[in-house]
Amino acid sequence: MSTPVLEARGLVKLFGRVVGLDAVDLTLYPGEILAVIGDNGAGKSTLIKCLSGALVPDRGTIVMNGAEVRFRRPQDARDAGIETVYQQLAVAPALDIASNLFLAREVRRKGFLGTVLRMLDTGEMKRQSAEQIKSLGISTLQNIGQAVETLSGGQRQAVAVARAAAFGSQVVILDEPTAALGVRETGQVLKLIRDLRANGKAVILISHDMPHVFELADRIHIQRLGARAGVITPKTHTMEDAVAIMTGARRIEPAGDRSAGPAVAPGKERS
Amino acid sequence: MTISTDDSAASATVEEFLNRPPSAAQRVHSALHRQPALSPAIVLVLAAVAFSILSSRFYQLTNLSLLFQQVAVVGTLAAGQTLIILTAGIDLSIGAVMVLSSLVMAKLVNDQSVPGVPALLIGAMIAVLAQGANGFLVTRVKLPPFIVTLGMLSIFTAISLIYAQGQTVLLQPGAFLLWTGDTVSIGSLHLTYGVLLMLGLYAVFGYALRFTAWGRHLYAVGDDAEAARLAGISVNRVLLSAYVVAGLAVAVAAWILVGRVGGGDPNSGLNANLESITAVVIGGTSLFGGRGTVFGSLIGALIVQVFDNGLALAGLDPNYQVLAVGVLVIAAVSVDQWIRSVKA
Amino acid sequence: MDSSTRRTAAGRPRRQGGRAAATAVIALCAAAALAACSSSSSSSGPAAGGSTASAASSPSSSGSSGQPVGISLILKTLSNPYFVTMEKDAQAAAARDNVHLTVAAGSSDGDTQTQITAIDNAIARGDKGILITTNGNAVNAALNQAKQDGLFVIALDTAPTPPSVADITYATDNTEAGRLDGEYAAAALGGKPAVIAMLDLFNNQVVSVDIDRDHGFLEGMGINPGNPNENGQEAKTGTYKGGGKYTIACHQPTTGAVDGGRTAMENCLSANPNINVVYAINEPAAEGAYEAIKAAGKQNQIKLFAIDGSCAGLKLVASGEFTADAVQYPGKMAALGVDAIAKLARGGSKPSVTAGKSFYDTGTALVALKSYPGVTVESPAQGASACWGS
Repeated sequence: MSTPVLEARGLVKLFGRVVGLDAVDLTLYPGEILAVIGDNGAGKSTLIKCLSGALVPDRGTIVMNGAEVRFRRPQDARDAGIETVYQQLAVAPALDIASNLFLAREVRRKGFLGTVLRMLDTGEMKRQSAEQIKSLGISTLQNIGQAVETLSGGQRQAVAVARAAAFGSQVVILDEPTAALGVRETGQVLKLIRDLRANGKAVILISHDMPHVFELADRIHIQRLGARAGVITPKTHTMEDAVAIMTGARRIEPAGDRSAGPAVAPGKERS
Repeated sequence: MTISTDDSAASATVEEFLNRPPSAAQRVHSALHRQPALSPAIVLVLAAVAFSILSSRFYQLTNLSLLFQQVAVVGTLAAGQTLIILTAGIDLSIGAVMVLSSLVMAKLVNDQSVPGVPALLIGAMIAVLAQGANGFLVTRVKLPPFIVTLGMLSIFTAISLIYAQGQTVLLQPGAFLLWTGDTVSIGSLHLTYGVLLMLGLYAVFGYALRFTAWGRHLYAVGDDAEAARLAGISVNRVLLSAYVVAGLAVAVAAWILVGRVGGGDPNSGLNANLESITAVVIGGTSLFGGRGTVFGSLIGALIVQVFDNGLALAGLDPNYQVLAVGVLVIAAVSVDQWIRSVKA
Repeated sequence: MDSSTRRTAAGRPRRQGGRAAATAVIALCAAAALAACSSSSSSSGPAAGGSTASAASSPSSSGSSGQPVGISLILKTLSNPYFVTMEKDAQAAAARDNVHLTVAAGSSDGDTQTQITAIDNAIARGDKGILITTNGNAVNAALNQAKQDGLFVIALDTAPTPPSVADITYATDNTEAGRLDGEYAAAALGGKPAVIAMLDLFNNQVVSVDIDRDHGFLEGMGINPGNPNENGQEAKTGTYKGGGKYTIACHQPTTGAVDGGRTAMENCLSANPNINVVYAINEPAAEGAYEAIKAAGKQNQIKLFAIDGSCAGLKLVASGEFTADAVQYPGKMAALGVDAIAKLARGGSKPSVTAGKSFYDTGTALVALKSYPGVTVESPAQGASACWGS
C-alpha cells in the first residue's frame, strides 16, 4: 500500500504517575478517514494532541511521509500541514470569524504598509474567509465580521472546522466536531469530512457517535486505557464489536497493527 | 414529513421577527458594542458638560489645556497598563518603575553631569529592563502577574528611596530633559510636548493593536491563552512583548514626569500605579483580558482628571471632594455598564 | 506592624532571670572602658536594617572630662536627608560632650524591628539615654523597659503615642512655623486685598502637621481657622490682620510632593486667576506650585510661602522663588538631646518642656529676602548656616 502520510510509533505520554499514552502506534494513509474511538480517559485527545503539537510525547517518534518530524509546539504541526479542531475549539471569542480563521497566519497588506508598518489586510482576509466557508458548504456562518463570542456553540464549532478544513494541507484532525451541532449542521460537517477525503486529504476523526463513525470511517483505531486496543474496519466488524473492544469485553490478537491495510480478524475471544 | 400551513405561518412570523429592521435603539446599542470606547467617551462628555454648568471657568481654554497637561503622566502610564491588562495580567509596579526611571534621568544629569540624551536613554532602558523582568517572571517562572508585580513594587520603591535619599533633584531651566514640559501652542490651546508625546504614543499603540497581527495575538492571548496556544500563537513571546512594550510607555511617562516636576522627585507619582489601573478599567478594558481599547484608557484617565479639576473649580469643601470623586467614579462605571447592556 | 511579641537574641535571655548576669557584664564593660579610656569601635544594631556604628568620644574634648557617656540615637531611616542631618549634628554634639554615640536606623519608614533591637542593645550596653524618632507604637514596650532600666528616653521630631512613653519630646512647633509665614504675608500685603490659595497635605486623612501648619498660617494672618481639627473650615471671605480684605480661593491636597503641588496650584489658578498669596505645606509642594505659577506667567503676582528650611529650599528663597521659608532644625533637636542626656548623666537636672507646650520646642525661624516691620527674618545666608540636608 501507499506510504502513510502520518505515522506514530511507540508514543508514550506521562502525566506525573498517570500513563496517558502507553506505547501507542497509529498509521494514517492519504485520502482516508481514520476514526479514533475509545472510552473516556482512553487517551484519544492525548494522542491527537501529540500529533498536533499541543503536547510533546515523552517517548516515541512521529513520521510524516516517511520523514521523521518533531512537533514542539502547535505551530510546528501547522507548518507541516496538520490542522486540528480541538474539543475546546481553540477559537478566540473576542475576535471575528475572519480573524479566527487567519489566526497566527495573518495576511498583510502589500508593499510599504505591510512590510514596514505591518498592517493587516483585513479586507483580503474577510474575502478569503467568505470564499472558504462557502466552498466548504457551511451555511450557518453568514456575517464574517461577526465576533465569535456572539455565535452559538454550533456556529463556533463550524468556525473551528472551517479553519482546519481550509488550511489543512495534509492532515485534518477533528476531535468531537459534531458534539454541539444540530442535525443540519452535523450533516454539513459530515459532508465536509467526505469532501476532504475526496480532495486527497487524510482525516483523523474522534467521535463518540458510532453510527457516524461507521458511516464515514475507512478504518477505526480503538484506544483503551492509554494503549491501542486494535484497528478494525466497518466492513469487517460491527458496532457491537467496536464497543466491546473499547470496553475491554473483547480483545484482538495481536493488539495493534503495524503493517498496511485492515486489521486482524474480528471477534477472537480471550480465554 | 409535510409541513402544515400553520407551521409555515408560524415560521413566516419568526422569519419576519428575525428580519425586522433594527430600531434606533438597537442601532445605537450595536454601535456602542462595536466601539467599546464610545460609552466612556459619552460619560466624559456628560461630565464635562456638568462641570461647565457648575463653573464657567471649566471650559476656558486655559483650563482645558491644564487638564491635558495634568493627565499626561498617568495617561501615558495607562497606555502601557492597557497592554498588560489586555493579556489578562496586571502591573502593580508600573508607577514605581516610572518614578525610578525619572529619578535616574534627573540624577544622572544633575549629579553626574551626564548630557540629557544619554541620561534619557539610560533611564528609558531601566524602565524597559524592569518591565522585561516582570515579563520574564510571568512567562518563564510562571508566577501570577499580580504577585510578581506586587513584589517588584516593593523592590523598585525601595531602590528609589535608597537611590534618591528622599531628595528632590531640580534641573536647570532649559535642560534637555525638561523638553516635555515646554509649551507648544495650537491656536489658543497651549499644550506641552509631553501631551503631544502621550497622544503620539496612543496613536502608535492604537494602530498596533488594531492593525497588526501582534495586536490580534495580544487580544487572543488575553481572551483565552490556551486557545491561542493551540491555534499556533507563541503565548510566552506575546506576553513578554506586552510587558516590554509597556516599558516603553513607562519610559515616556517618566520623561513627561521629569518635565512636569522640573526634575526628579521620589515622592511624586506614588499614586500612579493605582491611577493607571483606574483609568484602564474606567476606559472599558476588562480586567479578565481580551476586551478593550487603548484609547478607552485615555478617556478613563481624562474622566478622573475632569472630576478632580471640576470639583476643585466648583469650590466644594475639600473633605467632600474625596467623597464626590468616589461616588462619581462608581456612577461613571455604572452608566458605562448600563450603556453597554441596553437592550432594544 | 504593632506587635507585642518581643524579638530575639539580645532581649529575652537577659531579661528573664539574668539580671545579675547583666549587671556583672555591665560592670565588666565599665572596668574595661576605664582601662581602655579612649575611642574604640562599638557595636550597634544587627547588620540587617542599615544601622551604622559610630564612636565619637574623645578624652581631650572640652565639656566633661572623665568617662564618656553612652547614648543611643535611633532614627526612622537614613534615606531621608532630614534624619541624616540629625545624625550629623548629634555626632558633633557627642564629640563636644564626651559622649559615646551609637547610631541605628530602621531600613525603612515603619521598620520597628530594627529599632527595638537597637533599644535592647542600648540597655545591654549600659547607655544613659536614648534619642529616638519612632517608626511606630511597636517600640513602646522596649522604650518602657529602657526607662525602667534607668535610661532617659527623649523622642525627637514627633511625640510617641502616648506621649508618656518618652520622658520628654524634643520637637518643632509646626503651628509656629505656619504662623511666621502668615504674619510675614500679612505684613508684606500691607492691607491690600489678599486672594489666598491653601495647598495642604491631604484631603482624605487628618495628620497633625497638616492641620498645625495650615492653621498656623491662617492665625498668623489674623484669620480664624474655624475648626481646630480640620482644614478648610475658615470663613471664605473677611478681613485679615491690618484691615485688608481676604478671599480663600481654594484648599487643595498636594500629598507633599512636587507633582501634587503643581496640579493643586494649577487647579487653584483655574478657579481664581487672581491669587496673590500661596501657602504650601512643605518645600516639595511649594516647588511644584512654583512650576505652575511660572508656566502661567504669574511669578510677579504671587507670594509663595513654604516650610521646612532645607539648604536646597533656602537657595530657592535666595533666588526669589519662595517669598519666605519657615525653618525647622532637625539637627538641633538631636544635638540638644545629646546635651541633655549628657548633662543628666553627669548629675545635672532633667530637661523640661518649653513653657506652655507639651514638648521641648527646638525653635523655628523665618528666612526671607525682604524684611518688614514687626516681623523677624533671617537672610538666606544667615539661615544657611543652620540649614539641613545638602
